[in-house]
Amino acid sequence: MNKKYSAGIDIGSTCAKTIVLDKDGKVVYKDLRPTGYSSVDTAESIRHTIEEAFGKDSFHTVATGYGRISVPFADNKVTEISCHAKGAVRLFDKNDINVIDIGGQDTKLIVIENGVVSEFLMNDKCSAGTGRFLEVMANTLSVSPEELCAMAEKGNETRISSLCTVFAESEVINLIGKGTPREDIAYAVIDSIVEKVKTQSGKLRMNNGPLCLTGGLCDYGYVVKMLSKAFNKDVMTKPDARYAGAMGAALYAASQM
Amino acid sequence: MADYVKMWKELGMDLEAHDNLCQVLPTAVGDVFLTQENRPKAMDFWDLVISEVHGIRPAELIEEQKKGRKVFGTFCVFVPDEIIIALNGIVTGLCGGSQFWVPGGEAVLPKNTCPLIKASVGARLGKTCPFFRIADVYVGETTCDGKKKAYEILGEDVPMIIMDVPQMKRPKDIKKWKDEIADFAAKVEDITGNKLTVEKLKEAIDIINNKRKAMKRVYDARKSLNLPISGRDTLLMTQISFFDDPVRCAEMCNKLADELEERIKNGVSVVKEDTKRILVTGTPLAVPNWKLHNIIETSGAAVVCEEMCTGTRYFENLVDNSGNTLDELFMALSERYMKNNCACFTPNPGRIEDIIRLAKEYKADGVIDCSLKFCGLYDIEKKHVSEALKKEGIPVLSLETDYEDSDSGQLRTRIEAFVEMMKG
Ligand code: SF4
Ligand code: SF4
Repeated sequence: MNKKYSAGIDIGSTCAKTIVLDKDGKVVYKDLRPTGYSSVDTAESIRHTIEEAFGKDSFHTVATGYGRISVPFADNKVTEISCHAKGAVRLFDKNDINVIDIGGQDTKLIVIENGVVSEFLMNDKCSAGTGRFLEVMANTLSVSPEELCAMAEKGNETRISSLCTVFAESEVINLIGKGTPREDIAYAVIDSIVEKVKTQSGKLRMNNGPLCLTGGLCDYGYVVKMLSKAFNKDVMTKPDARYAGAMGAALYAASQM
Repeated sequence: MADYVKMWKELGMDLEAHDNLCQVLPTAVGDVFLTQENRPKAMDFWDLVISEVHGIRPAELIEEQKKGRKVFGTFCVFVPDEIIIALNGIVTGLCGGSQFWVPGGEAVLPKNTCPLIKASVGARLGKTCPFFRIADVYVGETTCDGKKKAYEILGEDVPMIIMDVPQMKRPKDIKKWKDEIADFAAKVEDITGNKLTVEKLKEAIDIINNKRKAMKRVYDARKSLNLPISGRDTLLMTQISFFDDPVRCAEMCNKLADELEERIKNGVSVVKEDTKRILVTGTPLAVPNWKLHNIIETSGAAVVCEEMCTGTRYFENLVDNSGNTLDELFMALSERYMKNNCACFTPNPGRIEDIIRLAKEYKADGVIDCSLKFCGLYDIEKKHVSEALKKEGIPVLSLETDYEDSDSGQLRTRIEAFVEMMKG
């Protein structure tokens, strides 16, 4: 085929990520934008942008993420599990790894052996332990998620017992009412996310490879630190880790060309 | 359909609510079944039955009742159909598989009851299912806690017989189930006014064994790598077999099996060659619950076997018909029924062995273990199921769902990812 590029579009619940690779597999374009109300419109605007930059009909495209069905122009769809795995293998340059992906709406745990998925778990029935949980709690404390992380760093050990976002929110409101320092509450919020992920991981057999964090929380150093503590193992991440899904999709696109 | 309105009215059904139910069913049947390509011709029978599920069979049952026969409604494959058939009664399954009935059940049951129970209670109390109206007696059983307690609520509205199913499988439990079957026979004698004889019981055992053999033939055809029938179609056949006359059921299943065997000979398959083969295990899929099969079979995989009560557990193991006294036959019945590996037993290694055996027999590429929400028994057992399968090197995906459609997208993502994983 004479398509020059492969594009991966990951339509998540909060952010849409795009990666374009050239024929040599080099990243030539990267894009992150809010998914907004309409994933169809977002997908269209992404198409517009990359076509402007690289020309019409020059892509083989794979869509992934919960909004993958909203990308009618994609040549193929692959689930976010497979894409995150493939993307993480490339980003972290290792074939045996364990991936924790904390997304806006769900948390995924993926065990990868010899570069392919051997087991996975996905929590998306409730927003506990996800980016959404962090957002809701930050809102309740009237701070941004970044500020919440910074505050948590200075907080004392405090716990929220409830795993459900709605109940946890009322617990936080209770704590505020009792005059608990905001730093302590922030600590409890992050602690609850980390605990939830840790508990879930008990259901699968992780391998000895590194533990890597992908998804929207990879920028939050404090979350990485607390995850490392909970898993008793250094959690690796990089700024580009939030593109893992899009990267994997682009790699799938390349392999299908 | 119009012909049946009078019958429904006479059954005391809530016609207005029932109309709403009748409106959603054809769409579901169309989406799930009629969109499939290259279906076996013999499926016409089940298509017809399901399209008039509240008409054809209920009308037959009422005709038989007019002749003095009694209809027994059952909720579990532990109830020995043979006893009822031998006493000239009729058995009909009564499991609720639609979200439509759930709110009605929730009106009297806690929300965290499994949807199968909620739907079954809702179908009775809401007066929207003719089978629940027609049955003269319900036969319940002490399998899970939810059902036990729900039967107390149903019992306020309809005569109930409760059979006490053992929770373990020691020799004394098998003996106990035999005694329970004998007691049950006495009750059915009372209700039908007929007397149980060795001849009658042997005849009934043959009838049900023949039905089992016929169903097994259909399932055996699915072991072929040349898959001659979809999981959805087989599931429909199995679900309807709980309602149908056992002799006709055997006849229809045999006809279908003939066609499937012919298909295998001629290399006719319903799926592409690289389609991943899935064994499904877990809680029963009562009609019209086709959600899981539909998602799997529109995600690049095919269901080749169901290790569940709406599956192999319904027809595996025949009853030994060599006994010469009622007591011997009761024991033979007990021995056969006690081979069922429902998660209500403890410990329950038999189910794990079955799953591994069936995965191999049906050449499954992977297993999906799916339980209904709030079914603690099957949910807890997932741990052992998945550990054992992993040890065997068979990929497994554990899921939980209910009757609502809201989690379809999430289920689809997991199932597609599972299929992608098996493709490597
Ligand atoms: S799963 Fe257990 S309780 Fe349910 S029908 Fe089967 S044997 Fe009966
Ligand atoms: S699915 Fe579980 S909880 Fe529901 S009736 Fe069956 S055994 Fe009981």
